[in-house]
Amino acid sequence: MSRTGWSLTVRYRASLSLVGTVLRYLAVPLLVPLVVAVYYGETIAPFVVTILLTATVGTALERLDPDPDIGAREGLLMVALTWLMVALVGAVPYLVEAHGIPGIDPAAHPGSTLGHPSNALFESMSGFTTTGATVVGEISFDAHTRGVLLWRQLTQWLGGMGIVVLAVAILPQLSVGGAQLMDAEAPGPGIEKLTPRIAETARVLWGAYLGLTLLEITLLYGLHVAGPPLGMPGLAPNMDLYNAVAHGLTTMPTGGFSPEARSIEAFSATVQWVIIPFMIAAGTNFALFWHALTGNPDRLFEDQEWRVFLGAIGVLTAVVAGMLFAGAGFVETAPAQETFGSTYLEEIIETIPGNAEPALRHALFQVVSIVTTTGYASIDFNAWSPPLKYALLFGMFVGGSAGSTGGAVKVVRWYVILKTVRRELFTTAHPRAVRPVRLNGRPLDERAIRGIFAFTLLYLVLFFVGTLVLFLDTVRVHDGMTVLEAMSAVAATLGNVGPGFGSVGPMGSYRSFSGAGKLLMVVLMWIGRLEIIPVLACLTPEFWRR
Amino acid sequence: MRVVVIGAGQVGESIAADLDDSNEVVVIERDPDRCEELTYDLDVLTINGDGTSVETLEEAGVMDADMVIASTDDDETNIVACSTVKAISDAFTIARVKETEYLKTWRRSNTAFGIDFMVCTNLLTAQSVVRVVGLPAAIDVDPFAGGKVQMAEFEIAEGSGVAGETVSEADRFDSLTFAALLRGEEVVIPTGETVIQQDDRIIVIGSPRSVREFASTVASGDARNDVTKAVIVGGSQIGYHVARLFEERDISVRLIEQDANRARRLAEDLPGSVVLQSDATDVDFLEREHVGDADVLVGALDSDEKNLLACLLAKRLGVGRTVSIVDSDPYIDLFETVGVDVAISPRAVVAEEITRFTREGGAENVALIESHKAEVIEIEVEPDSPLAGQTIRESVASLPERVVFGAITRNGTFITPRGDTVIEVGDHVVAFAPADVAEELTARL
Repeated sequence: MSRTGWSLTVRYRASLSLVGTVLRYLAVPLLVPLVVAVYYGETIAPFVVTILLTATVGTALERLDPDPDIGAREGLLMVALTWLMVALVGAVPYLVEAHGIPGIDPAAHPGSTLGHPSNALFESMSGFTTTGATVVGEISFDAHTRGVLLWRQLTQWLGGMGIVVLAVAILPQLSVGGAQLMDAEAPGPGIEKLTPRIAETARVLWGAYLGLTLLEITLLYGLHVAGPPLGMPGLAPNMDLYNAVAHGLTTMPTGGFSPEARSIEAFSATVQWVIIPFMIAAGTNFALFWHALTGNPDRLFEDQEWRVFLGAIGVLTAVVAGMLFAGAGFVETAPAQETFGSTYLEEIIETIPGNAEPALRHALFQVVSIVTTTGYASIDFNAWSPPLKYALLFGMFVGGSAGSTGGAVKVVRWYVILKTVRRELFTTAHPRAVRPVRLNGRPLDERAIRGIFAFTLLYLVLFFVGTLVLFLDTVRVHDGMTVLEAMSAVAATLGNVGPGFGSVGPMGSYRSFSGAGKLLMVVLMWIGRLEIIPVLACLTPEFWRR
Repeated sequence: MRVVVIGAGQVGESIAADLDDSNEVVVIERDPDRCEELTYDLDVLTINGDGTSVETLEEAGVMDADMVIASTDDDETNIVACSTVKAISDAFTIARVKETEYLKTWRRSNTAFGIDFMVCTNLLTAQSVVRVVGLPAAIDVDPFAGGKVQMAEFEIAEGSGVAGETVSEADRFDSLTFAALLRGEEVVIPTGETVIQQDDRIIVIGSPRSVREFASTVASGDARNDVTKAVIVGGSQIGYHVARLFEERDISVRLIEQDANRARRLAEDLPGSVVLQSDATDVDFLEREHVGDADVLVGALDSDEKNLLACLLAKRLGVGRTVSIVDSDPYIDLFETVGVDVAISPRAVVAEEITRFTREGGAENVALIESHKAEVIEIEVEPDSPLAGQTIRESVASLPERVVFGAITRNGTFITPRGDTVIEVGDHVVAFAPADVAEELTARL
């Protein structure tokens, strides 16, 4: 195959080689749960095995092309494959934990649901894509080691700002073509180069991400150590260091995994209030933080996308809070919740109506959590009435801002679509009118608008097709799932949100789906995280032709 | 004063003609025939050559010149000429440009390109369009004394509120002076008994409020209303700036431009306007877009003929007023005769601005009326001025005949000049003088 001139196919060896490089370096973050396992005196086998595996496979792939040279197509292929490979390798610690290494290290938790390969892959893909949908049956330190549960958190943190962005930031061999790689991976249409060198931009973004994560961990744990503020015992944060770190690692990537089965509901109101602004920050375009920190704080408030994002949260919160406060927000006969029993539901149904603080807190928390695609739960919103569930389902399509760690369609696309529709209405009355669609005062290129429409349409098509296939599959295995549940499961995985409704609700899990259903959702998460195009492009014959 | 004018087009000639009485004027022109013509028409020295060449400039004597005016039709030539002059002499340089980008650059430092004073044709023209549109029935408006005083010229149309009245009858405005009536070629200084006739042009000087009130009295019918809807035909730079200035005044703008790419650019640059991509002489289109509902239509196409056509079509569709840009000076009268309400020549506007600047001397501000039939001059009263401490009646007696005191501002407040008003040191006096006595007036004050 010729390296210069016209090459007849995609230089897949170059792509694979770079995938290998990223994979090899994945051994480094694996040291974190290894250290945690050592600290808590747990088995280290899951991480030792995975480190050896990534190092071996990574090095082998890297050898395929000693001097990889990537173009646009190689970039797309590399990004798509990286996420697939990372998810595959990331599943290994779950499998090793459940099965052990025969003769050397006995299984730590033999009954774990993660012992099944499709479950392990689902959990790993859900982690790296920051979806936060789980198949774990019992989330507790009895059923899993702290090391493996921390790995689960860490996959989200690595996936949030993007493995490829991280690779561009630290691997000099990716400095050329880095912009294409980041464009393929970063959420939203196009990337904003903050500095002349793309690696520098990637470092800025990761720096902001790391800084905010550390700030959140410090606040969560600091408040816990400082004790209840103002001598009000009800405000005690009640969060140990392990949980502060674990939630710090999953808030900023808008991940949603929690090592607690009851998610954020397990913690005090203070913790919930602290987490809300960090979820909002995670759904904000990180480039805006850079502008704010480099002496341009106005850019944040002038940014139309951010204003629409906050506006959408505000409107949804007002609706939800009003209904919760008025007592109209709950189904009259709440379904008995499998894990916590009916007394729990009776309790929340009785305490929230008429009480402003919890009504506002749960409304804001849930809306922010869903819109930013974090997927935390401060309450089991399964008990909410259908209108509120549909409001949340609607929120699952909004997503965060472009350049944030949030998933789904992204605020900017909806905003541009609305403005374009308004333009179309105007030009119906004035057929000769020339009207550019503006974003932040700047006219948008018509091609960019077409791209936004194409993406959003494709997203909705995938949602409907996915729902149909998943629903047919559940009918096949006599699951008895409702259409709303199937819709929410597809919206939650395609949008990297996490929890849906019904059995896949915030206190439930995705484990009851068939293996085929889970694999479908693994693909949806993968496609959703990379915003469809890189994955689908690699699947077209045209991509592989000259 | 020795003045070198580079470029003898309409602008250069007009400036040279205004300056040649009291100054030594040298004109540099590339076209030898044009040089020949000018030598006979004006009392100036013509040099045949390129204004950007050092030899030609030296031949024209720029080393001893006080002022060099670069007024060719080409922006870059004017800029380079001024830069070259600055490199070899100390003369004050004035450049005429069309492109507003150059003006922006120059304004950053006020010395960019070695230019001491820059006039931008497109912007000045747009500004005068907007000033005229701001006053119903006005055909010329100029601000004085930092905007406290306005000079305006109106045409008295049939059915106008003051037609047939005497000046004392029409004088219902507390801070307004009737400076002159232009009747054909004649400049009439009105007395109380002078009757205002149809087709007269009347020059008034007063506070902006009273000028505005007078404007709506003069205007007849629809034109009396405030302008809220404007149509601009042609997305030239002038059209663009008019749209931009209208946007600033909250006038809703529709801009018609035929070229798709240019229309897109304009739509991007003018967020507050509706840009329509069409031929502005397509009657069906104009009807469909209800162009007739507009209060004013501005013709800013590149072709004079198309502007005329667009304005006449608009009139027929019911547009209140039409203002047209006219490239060719001789057409101005023709346009206004056949029904265009106001015709504005960019060249005349820029020539006036340059002349105004060069003639100021003792005066703070000068406006030329009707291609220099008369002048309106603003002066600040110095302690040694013959006007200081005198009443208006005494002052008028000591000045050439037919000079009219239009307005006085004292510490920024407007004072209506009456016979017994005493002029104080520091006052700004705005006076009207027919062309033949303007020179003498300036010299005396």
